[in-house]
Amino acid sequence: MSRKALLIIPELCIGCRACQVACKSWNQLPAEETINEGTHENPTDLTAYTYNRIKFIEKPLNEKGIKYLFVSQRCMHCGEPLCAEVCPTETLFVSEEGAVLYLKERCIGCGLCRKACPYDVPRYDENGEISKCHLCIDRIWEGLEPACAKTCPTSSIKFGEREELINEAKKKGYKIIYGEKDFGGLGVIFALNEPPEVYELP
Amino acid sequence: MTNHYIDFKNADVILVMGANPAENHPVSMKWILKAKEERGAKLIVIDPRFTKTASKADLYFPIRSGTDIAFLGGFIKYIIDNELYFKDYVIHYTDASFLVDPEFKLPDDLDGVFSGFNEITRTYDKATWKFQLDENGVPKKDPTLQDPHCVFQLLKRHFARYTIDMVSEITGADKEKIEAAYKIMGETGKPNKVLTVLYAMGWTQHTIGAQIVRAVSIVQLLLGNVGMAGGGINALRGESNVQGACDNGLLFHILTGYNPAPSASDVDLKTYIEKYTPQTNEPKSTNWLSNRPKYIISYLKALYGDHATSENDYCYEYLPKREDGESLTWLELFDKMYEGKFKGFFAWGQNPACSTSNANKVRKALAKLDWMVAVNLWDNETASFWRGPEMNPEEIKTEVFFLPCASSVEKEGSITNSGRWLQWRYEAVKPPGECLPDADIINELYFRIKKLYETEGGVFPEPIIHLTWEYGKKNQEGKIEHMNPHLIAKEMNGYFVTDILEHPLDGKSYQKGQQIPNFLYLMDDGSTACGNWLYCGSYTEEGNMMARRGQEDPTGLGMYPNWAWCWPLNRRILYNRASVDPEGKPWDPKRAVIKWDEAQSKWIGDVPDGSAPPLAKEGGKLPFILKPLGVGAIFGPGMVDGPFPTHYEPPESPLTKHPFYSKVFYNPVIKIFCTPEDLLAACGDEKYPYIGSTYRVTEHWQTGLMTRTTDWLRELEPQNFVELSVELAEELGIKSGDKVIVSSCRGKIWAIAIVTPRIKPLKVMGKTVHFVGLPWHYGWRWPEDGRGGDNANLLTPSVGDANTLCPSTKVFMVNIEKI
Amino acid sequence: MEKVLQEFKESLKETRIKDAKVTTTICPYCSVGCSILVYVKDGKVINIEGDPESPINQGTLCPKGASLYQMANNPYRATQPLYRAPFSKEWQTVTWDWALDRIARLVKETRDATFVQKNEKGQVVNRCEGIAHVGSAALDNEECYILQKLMRALGLVWIEHQARI
Repeated sequence: MSRKALLIIPELCIGCRACQVACKSWNQLPAEETINEGTHENPTDLTAYTYNRIKFIEKPLNEKGIKYLFVSQRCMHCGEPLCAEVCPTETLFVSEEGAVLYLKERCIGCGLCRKACPYDVPRYDENGEISKCHLCIDRIWEGLEPACAKTCPTSSIKFGEREELINEAKKKGYKIIYGEKDFGGLGVIFALNEPPEVYELP
Repeated sequence: MTNHYIDFKNADVILVMGANPAENHPVSMKWILKAKEERGAKLIVIDPRFTKTASKADLYFPIRSGTDIAFLGGFIKYIIDNELYFKDYVIHYTDASFLVDPEFKLPDDLDGVFSGFNEITRTYDKATWKFQLDENGVPKKDPTLQDPHCVFQLLKRHFARYTIDMVSEITGADKEKIEAAYKIMGETGKPNKVLTVLYAMGWTQHTIGAQIVRAVSIVQLLLGNVGMAGGGINALRGESNVQGACDNGLLFHILTGYNPAPSASDVDLKTYIEKYTPQTNEPKSTNWLSNRPKYIISYLKALYGDHATSENDYCYEYLPKREDGESLTWLELFDKMYEGKFKGFFAWGQNPACSTSNANKVRKALAKLDWMVAVNLWDNETASFWRGPEMNPEEIKTEVFFLPCASSVEKEGSITNSGRWLQWRYEAVKPPGECLPDADIINELYFRIKKLYETEGGVFPEPIIHLTWEYGKKNQEGKIEHMNPHLIAKEMNGYFVTDILEHPLDGKSYQKGQQIPNFLYLMDDGSTACGNWLYCGSYTEEGNMMARRGQEDPTGLGMYPNWAWCWPLNRRILYNRASVDPEGKPWDPKRAVIKWDEAQSKWIGDVPDGSAPPLAKEGGKLPFILKPLGVGAIFGPGMVDGPFPTHYEPPESPLTKHPFYSKVFYNPVIKIFCTPEDLLAACGDEKYPYIGSTYRVTEHWQTGLMTRTTDWLRELEPQNFVELSVELAEELGIKSGDKVIVSSCRGKIWAIAIVTPRIKPLKVMGKTVHFVGLPWHYGWRWPEDGRGGDNANLLTPSVGDANTLCPSTKVFMVNIEKI
Repeated sequence: MEKVLQEFKESLKETRIKDAKVTTTICPYCSVGCSILVYVKDGKVINIEGDPESPINQGTLCPKGASLYQMANNPYRATQPLYRAPFSKEWQTVTWDWALDRIARLVKETRDATFVQKNEKGQVVNRCEGIAHVGSAALDNEECYILQKLMRALGLVWIEHQARI
């Protein structure tokens, strides 16, 4: 089976956060009790019940005014996931489609996976068990797209064959394909026109 | 909307001003970004704040809230000075060449007012706001556009002072950016370039709101962009069925299909018809509304069935009449309520205690009622006003009923989107608990009221007792058990009341009870009944057209004629006869909305605005069929505040005098309310030095009742906030996350400060002007512990637009203090 | 790895939407008119997502549309008629029959007391001056239509809704 991926194009993202809500709706995740901390970004971090979120970046520019960027934060579904490598209980594993999955009941909550993750992604629920984006593998297996990609009004998140998505992004002239090669190639790739630092991608 | 959401993809330039589609109509951004990606369209966003829409703009700059006419006036001048207007379109399809009464005077002649201003009544006598007529009663014209009294020359003179320098002074916008915007938009005066304009409450919620829209109408007529695919003037309406609620007459001044609601001097049907059926001497005008008699009589037949006969004026007497010239708008309604003039009140799916400007006045007004009925999904700040902040229930007499209704997935029926598409939705589940669909609640009330009148008698019971109400199976008592929306929809579409042997339209016969194919078949002799002529064609003998799901797109322009149904007549782009030249050839063949097929002698493409041949052919007609003169109106004598838009300051402004007139400051004909709650800050009042403005965020909706009660959305935007610039925050020692008090002379609320570089102070007439923005989504009722905060409308003034009384919530003066 | 995958697959419950009845609806929030699929099982909404056949939204939804599940399954809804007596500090639950009868009575009393058949000029105006109505864009077209029918039949002239503001 060929590898699947999400292609994220921040230039198309309008920061509406339908992806956050659709994720919660499909996965039946409870809302967080948040407060306004002086930002529109909420929840302010990933949690056991927030698998993806949009980071809002406001950068004042002298001439052009301002850059207002929206960047998706979530499990990157690495081709060679360090989380799975360090997991002492084989909780984490990679599906044929390239989704980094986990079997909750195997998790002992040791925290190694989060320490190993280059993107600081896995979180642990109240039982100390791992919780994170699983690429809506249950939807994929039913022939549906992940909830975030399905709902995205501007196709800023697209789901498909990884190779095809990369080719499409290159064809459209995006200068940087973030995640094409890192960690065995990411399952969540970003098409960018400016260096990753601008988008606060590590 | 003249066009529709998908049509944005056909534009070359998109001006978003007074709207914020990325946040308030997010899915529409799909089509805006498609225009950018596929056509290389340019997106221009002008807004006091750098919004999420602005983040996708090719050109963005801020202006001072409320100065849109200055910006657009400057553009009109730029178009004229640089001869960028679409000459053929302007000459053939607008009133630019028409000669105006020589006595008509512009504000420049009279220091801020048009001719006919009465300083005591603060109204206009419009005697001079008219065209010179020739011997046939048709306006005199100068097709060279040179006559000093022609509309074009008056327009030129009126906007002569709106230089880019002046526009920059008033708006605070950067000169180069203003000019850059003019240049990009000015390109669209060519036949093959189209500008679309997207606006919303950012334009209408001003004391000059209707005139801002007039200004952009003038722009689009000069550039020849009305009727075109990818063009038009598009109001992004705020609610899923606000279009339908207007179409169906839920406003004081209109019955269904925008037929005027009668006034006292419209003493009988004949008088009504004479007064509201426009006449024209222009032989090439279709003058569509000459059909008014058919529409009003068919409406009365729908309402009163067999009781409505030609002998009794079709029960015209039953229609209630307000006094002549009386305006009964929302703000006036709550003003009257505040004065204790109403005993009873229905708030049906509404939350005026949060949605109305100067909400403190509304909250106090509700306490003057004897009784109130609130129908909603959730209890809200209106239904529970008596236990709200600063209220003492023990002193409040109002008897309150809260009736729980069904949500949109718990009932069946249609709604009309902003592009006029009527789409059908289905009952997925039964309402929870004892909740009932609104139609059933209306039915229950009607049945009980009617029964009281039948058994006890009362004042003038006939309009109630004789009302047609055949919408479902009746029980032994005669009460409909459950309302059938299909039967209502069929009545709205209309049906033949009698057998028709040979219909004058097509010579065919129609039977009594048959659904009417479309409004061309309506009659003025009582043989047709139609609840809403604009919806005639939505539910025909072929079935429920609103439920159609056809995917075909024959023009490739995204009109999808077989998806749902669009009023009028399934026409997807209004004024589409203006998209072709007088010979019927599309101005832009690549975007042909319609074209005249010579061989078949008929139009192909979208449903044309009237089937008459193109203008230059025999029997040809002018394109603007709703206007008695057949052309687009650059000169607007129908407005109460002048036939041309003029920049006036908001009643609450950071300035102390008008930028160029000495006699006026704000729109001279707006209504000023006089209760003790109706305070306005003095010009330049130092206690309230900053411009405040309200707006919405993606995650909430309107007063927040349907989103503050949705945990996933409240998670994203949990509390009331105020956005302010880095510069102002530094001056006041405020940091992001601080709790602050925002106050106006009418009220105060707390908010969490969000300090952002997306807002910048502006230099206006030599003065630094700060702007702060607040959402109007919050209220004390939800979340239940009050931690969301209260509504920003506690700060806003109850003054409204001169024409519409739409409240001025986009400019009011506030102060902000750290707690 | 394969063993874990097998174990995982076995642990996955049947997809929630399997065998659910699907109907379409149109989003109740903004005016774009997005079409939505509503999945129902055992009389309950179990999932909501964009309708891919709609030419307007093509399967996508904004966060409000995407949250519709929580509107359909909402713990804060009022599900019984409520009544607040004059000067009372609280709501009380009442029956529909009681509430509707009482409202009908108040409407009739108010209408009869404030109805003006002729104005000062002697023109027939047939209006009820003591009752005002606002609403609503939250209703379906069919409901709007019968509501204006009822209110005008009662003689109301103070009829408005949120389009004005």
